[in-house]
Amino acid sequence: MDLSFTPEEIAFRDEVRAFFADEYPADIREKVNRGIRLDKDDHVRWQKILAQHGYMGVNWPVEYGGTGWSPVQKYLFSIEMANANAPDVVPFGVNMVGPVIYSYGNEAQKQRFLPDILESNVWWCQGYSEPGAGSDLASLKTMAVRDGDHYVINGTKTWTTLGQHAEWIFLLARTNTDVARRQEGISFILADMSTPGITVRPIITIEGGHEVNEVHFEDARVPVENLVGEEGRGWTYGKVLLQHERTNIAGVARSKYRLARLKELASSSQHGAKPLMEQATFRGKLVATEVALKALEYTDLRTLAAVATGKAPGPESSILKIKGTEMQQRLDTLYMEAAGYYALPYVPDQFTLDAADDDVVVDSSEPTTALRYFNYRKASIYGGSNEIQKNIIAKHVLGL
Amino acid sequence: MDFSISEDQSMLQDSVARFIQDEYDFDSRQEAAATDTGFSADRWREFAELGWTAVPFSEEDGGLDGGAVELMLLMEQFGRGLVVEPYLPCIVLAGGVLKRLATEDQKATWLADIIGGEKLAALAYAEPQARYDLNDVAVTASADGDGYVLNGHKTVVLNGGSADTLVVSARTSGERQDAEGISLFVVDASSAGIKRKAYPTVDARQAAEIHFEQVRVGADQLLGAAGEGLATLKAVIDDATIAVCAEAVGIMQVLNYKTLEYSKQRVQFGVPIASFQALQHRMVEMFMIYEQTRSLLLHAVMTEEADAGADAALHALKIQIGTEGRKLGEEAVQLHGGMGVTWELDVAHYFKRLTMIDTLFGNADHHIEQYPLAV
Repeated sequence: MDLSFTPEEIAFRDEVRAFFADEYPADIREKVNRGIRLDKDDHVRWQKILAQHGYMGVNWPVEYGGTGWSPVQKYLFSIEMANANAPDVVPFGVNMVGPVIYSYGNEAQKQRFLPDILESNVWWCQGYSEPGAGSDLASLKTMAVRDGDHYVINGTKTWTTLGQHAEWIFLLARTNTDVARRQEGISFILADMSTPGITVRPIITIEGGHEVNEVHFEDARVPVENLVGEEGRGWTYGKVLLQHERTNIAGVARSKYRLARLKELASSSQHGAKPLMEQATFRGKLVATEVALKALEYTDLRTLAAVATGKAPGPESSILKIKGTEMQQRLDTLYMEAAGYYALPYVPDQFTLDAADDDVVVDSSEPTTALRYFNYRKASIYGGSNEIQKNIIAKHVLGL
Repeated sequence: MDFSISEDQSMLQDSVARFIQDEYDFDSRQEAAATDTGFSADRWREFAELGWTAVPFSEEDGGLDGGAVELMLLMEQFGRGLVVEPYLPCIVLAGGVLKRLATEDQKATWLADIIGGEKLAALAYAEPQARYDLNDVAVTASADGDGYVLNGHKTVVLNGGSADTLVVSARTSGERQDAEGISLFVVDASSAGIKRKAYPTVDARQAAEIHFEQVRVGADQLLGAAGEGLATLKAVIDDATIAVCAEAVGIMQVLNYKTLEYSKQRVQFGVPIASFQALQHRMVEMFMIYEQTRSLLLHAVMTEEADAGADAALHALKIQIGTEGRKLGEEAVQLHGGMGVTWELDVAHYFKRLTMIDTLFGNADHHIEQYPLAV
């Protein structure tokens, strides 16, 4: 047993650290540090910089332009990225549809879509959930009916994150209703968002922001060539994708960074005669949070170590989504508590640069504490709610 | 970053695991716990023959040069077997002081027989007023001729009743709570002036109240330099903390396994209770607690081995055992229903030991307070 990294790994870390120091644009950094929402151009510009340095396809095989990094390298990269407070890559293209295309798509699809995903030339969004199909995704009703060389798509997708920016959508739609198991009739289809019949309507979330959308399909005609893999196998592709997408699911690097900032904040804000950091109740919460985060970090590292030696992720990996999101929410709660009265002011356009100059917005590392707290209640709901995750562990790990 | 163990370590783990699995059944454990000494002397001899009592000592001292990893592997299995033999008080605590401070002569006199399993020892450090503060020492050692005289009361001395040899912390100078002035002595437990009252603990171990009244010890019974014992005491308690946490992790694994099995065979409302989602999610919580606690144990052991600021890692681990570990134990009992609170069922005894481990070497609250929350 050994805690240390190899000299090669340390050299890699230094190289990545230098990259973030030199290449992360100051104006985007400023926005992120002050909790200002990034616009589409910010994301695209930043991702193109990552792509130029070959840092986009972190999970992709080398043959498709990926990094080919080891699990430890991915971990170190995530730590450096978090410590620079650089924004995460928007996942829908590079982390979600990309792997499905290179795993199950045909040659034409790979050539057509993969380079634009790595280069962030095309913004993708995800069409999985529906108003009537959340945790029970297999009950989805969106239909794709074959008509000559096209599928005619009808239905509604929802919770489509940043769909307002998207040029393309990947969706699960039912191509066959005459099946023994309802999962069998589902196909994985790619659609150009400018297709007539596709409309996007905003959903305003609890904190007042526009992040998610409903996407409506009304007789939208999508070429049959946009089917990925075989018709009726979409459910399997979607599931395989989820199993492979373990990297960074725990969000350890980001949470470590946020806890460090929270401690700084608690050291500098006064509570009576002493810093908040020394107030027994709050201090106790900070300690408990740090202990839980260490537990999560080393559970994550154990998973990485297993993967690095060629083993499949052990059962401990299945707890990462649950514990990772619980940790995010715990930190959100503590930030809000640390803000005291300053959690209260609601500035509708607080996420813009102008509003952030207003003196009711605290000038700290997390100017939008309460809004973030409310917004991130989503974390234990999305990506398969934490209750669904527990069902999965009960069935597949504990054999219940 | 490597979480795997070496071949030698793996062999040690296998040998202890096999012994616990094949030889250390619950009924004979209960029999041994019910005897006057609270353990089986035959078992202890076996432990010595298998070399386990020699694990944490250097080869020069006749040991096997084991470190934190070996101790963890051993104690995890002892937890799984709910072993009552006094490995912790004798080998880890008393042995831990002797291996660090004793001179060659002192080792020959006091330590060799402990490693060999011929003699038992205990570390008398806790005092009634001190709670978890190691520096709070009221027992005195007054200079007397070329030796010392010990006076005072040591409390809840683990294995204090059966010990042939006692390692004692006593104040040679300073005020009661001073860090300086604490000295460590090794004494024969049958020395004149030592009164011991042994009693069982709720987790089937034994402890003793020990009163020292004008107990004369020679200068050659002082361990290390006079007045400088606290650092050693702290290092030994750190080892012991890792040891009981590893034991706790072993216990947690068994509790989870037993709870899962029970839920699959216990039928109510015509179905196994394992089919109820309310219970499934609770067992998932137990599983997550176990995995996360195991991660903190590995973290603490690896940090200790690397000698890289082990304090935070150790506090974190002990906090986890005292909070989440206790929760896991309570859940195991709850899911066993009425059976979980019977003397007959082993689960109840695993639960008691797991819960009592929190009270050893600083409970969760103590470690939360001590935790170095650095900015």
